[in-house]
Amino acid sequence: MLDRAMAAISGTGHRVVNGVWRFGFACRFFLAVLLHSGISFRRFSLTIKEIYFSGVLSLIIILVSGLFVGLVLGLQGYETLQKYGSESALGTLVALSLVRELGPVMSALLFASRAGSAITAEIGLMKATEQISAMEMMAVDPIARVVAPRFWAGVISMPLLAAMFSAIGVFGGYLVGVVMIGVDEGQFWSQMQSAVDFRLDVMNGVIKSCVFGVAVTAIALFEGYDAPPTAEGVSHATTRTVVTSSLAVLALDFLLTAFMFRGI
Amino acid sequence: MERTTLDLWVGLFVVAGLAAVLVLAMKVGNLSTFNMSESYNLQAEFDNIGGLKSRSPVKSAGVVVGRVTAITFDNKTFRARVSMVIDKRYQFPKDTFAKILTAGLLGEQYVGLDPGGDDQVLKGGDQVAKTQSAVVLENLISSFLYSKASEGDAKK
Amino acid sequence: MPSENLVEISDLNFTYDVRPVLQGINMQIPRGKVVAIMGLSGCGKTTLLRLIGGQLKPSQGAVKVAGQSVHELNREDLYNMRRRMGMLFQFGALFTDMSVFDNVAFQMREHTDLPESLIRDLVLLKLEAVGLRGAHDLMPNSLSGGMARRVALARAIALDPMLMMYDEPFAGLDTISLGVIGNLIRHLNNALGATSIVVTHDVQESMKIVDYIYFMSGGQIIAQGSPDELRALDSGFVHQFVHGEIDGPMPFHYPGTKYAEDLALETAHA
Repeated sequence: MLDRAMAAISGTGHRVVNGVWRFGFACRFFLAVLLHSGISFRRFSLTIKEIYFSGVLSLIIILVSGLFVGLVLGLQGYETLQKYGSESALGTLVALSLVRELGPVMSALLFASRAGSAITAEIGLMKATEQISAMEMMAVDPIARVVAPRFWAGVISMPLLAAMFSAIGVFGGYLVGVVMIGVDEGQFWSQMQSAVDFRLDVMNGVIKSCVFGVAVTAIALFEGYDAPPTAEGVSHATTRTVVTSSLAVLALDFLLTAFMFRGI
Repeated sequence: MERTTLDLWVGLFVVAGLAAVLVLAMKVGNLSTFNMSESYNLQAEFDNIGGLKSRSPVKSAGVVVGRVTAITFDNKTFRARVSMVIDKRYQFPKDTFAKILTAGLLGEQYVGLDPGGDDQVLKGGDQVAKTQSAVVLENLISSFLYSKASEGDAKK
Repeated sequence: MPSENLVEISDLNFTYDVRPVLQGINMQIPRGKVVAIMGLSGCGKTTLLRLIGGQLKPSQGAVKVAGQSVHELNREDLYNMRRRMGMLFQFGALFTDMSVFDNVAFQMREHTDLPESLIRDLVLLKLEAVGLRGAHDLMPNSLSGGMARRVALARAIALDPMLMMYDEPFAGLDTISLGVIGNLIRHLNNALGATSIVVTHDVQESMKIVDYIYFMSGGQIIAQGSPDELRALDSGFVHQFVHGEIDGPMPFHYPGTKYAEDLALETAHA
């Protein structure tokens, strides 16, 4: 009985110590990525290649999801608003919810599962097949050559994807609200424009998605780099990337929203 | 050969992303109609601001001319102090009247500016002297009930 | 030339966590020679290569390459040192997102400012040396195991290294590829004027091409000598290893508790 309690306590202790250790390593890894970022900009073609893989190839899923989210927002928003006779505020509802929350958050979650998991799997496999080791032996720093360009590609792609998600979502809301249901087009746009502030709403959304881009890409890269170099290790790391980065996005979203939209 | 098609796609991607930001700015947001880059500050004190919040619009004749930036409580006069930024393009006379109004029955509250007839205009940091507080629904109902009650008394 | 030996390892100990991997290794690798390090899987051969390449730091002792102590170099000097080393990894470790050509050109593009036309000539030269010039457009995933190993070899010699390291170059190859790789190791060593270290457990193939052999077991060197000397030995372990006998000084069973104990036969009686 006592033995089992002791084992549980020491097990927990081990896990906590391990967690802190890993977190410390993650911080050092992140710092190293930032310090070795020079090459990502001096040889921008490296970063461009990664923008293609994480940004361009995520485009379809982002655009399709954005359109559907906009369509649903249009339908649900109309159902609720018409009870209070304020269908004309549909544009405001759709635009604000997309620009402030759904655009950055949904696209970050989709990005985590589409591009983040791919990054983890790729880096993990490069490690498992000794490509990272080979690069080190060829006197090329894998952090600078492999990790940093992927990081900056993610940071650049994320706000662009989020903006496209929001824009096509608003278009989806317009399709349902104005074209299908018949809300007055002038009111739809004008109410939206008077309620959505460029600096406070649009720019804050962009800032949010930049932060999410940093978080998701950094987590994906770290999980890949830290993965045990086996098939099992890589598949676990891929799962962890999606889980950790989704939770990180939601938690960061709460924090950022609390800072940005609490008025003062 | 492969690299150029890759560059093309990435270029298209970045252009589309920036275009989306632009659409959000011009079509969805109000960057095209209201530019806050050139502005000046005004202050006003109200007995009661009702549901006014910072970032609420400031309108004159129904046109958005500025925004509320901060709301504080003045501990000496026991009134609410509302700070606003007004677009530099719009000038208002010294004796402008500031009211807190409601858009529709349940709509958001905003500050309405009724221009007076003074020759001098308000400058940055000035205080709007004449104000009218928000109509608080509870007060409205109670005064309505009270007048109904007194009507009833009079009929007896 | 400061000394006869390119690599000198003196009293090297390495401990992974608490498990000793290498104990008291002394080794000299003369310039221009092909030296094999042999032993069973898991006896610390690959660890030794990583220590020479500076990817691991010794717990005790020193590894000197060309007179410089590898683990005492700062990062920049270590990277300069590595530019003069080539390493062939067990399964090639080709960059899977690049073509054969780009793989071989990788180091030239990273470390030199050579014009692309010259890089092209050099890459084709290196690929010609391993007989794969015709395959320069292929991606690594369409190569066979033996071809991938040869491309990796071309990549490792891209900057004409002074020291070549081979980590299990014969693992998982068919007999023809085996002979091809073996010949290439010997031939390239002579052509480049390099020094080679071959870590392997393939006795027959490596005995044909190397000048000197170190035998390792349990993290220690237990025998050394030229191939002929070792073949002549009939003492315990080396004899067993060279002739591939199942049981001998190296037991078939991994050390563990008594079998009967594991089956709970004895505790049942207690």
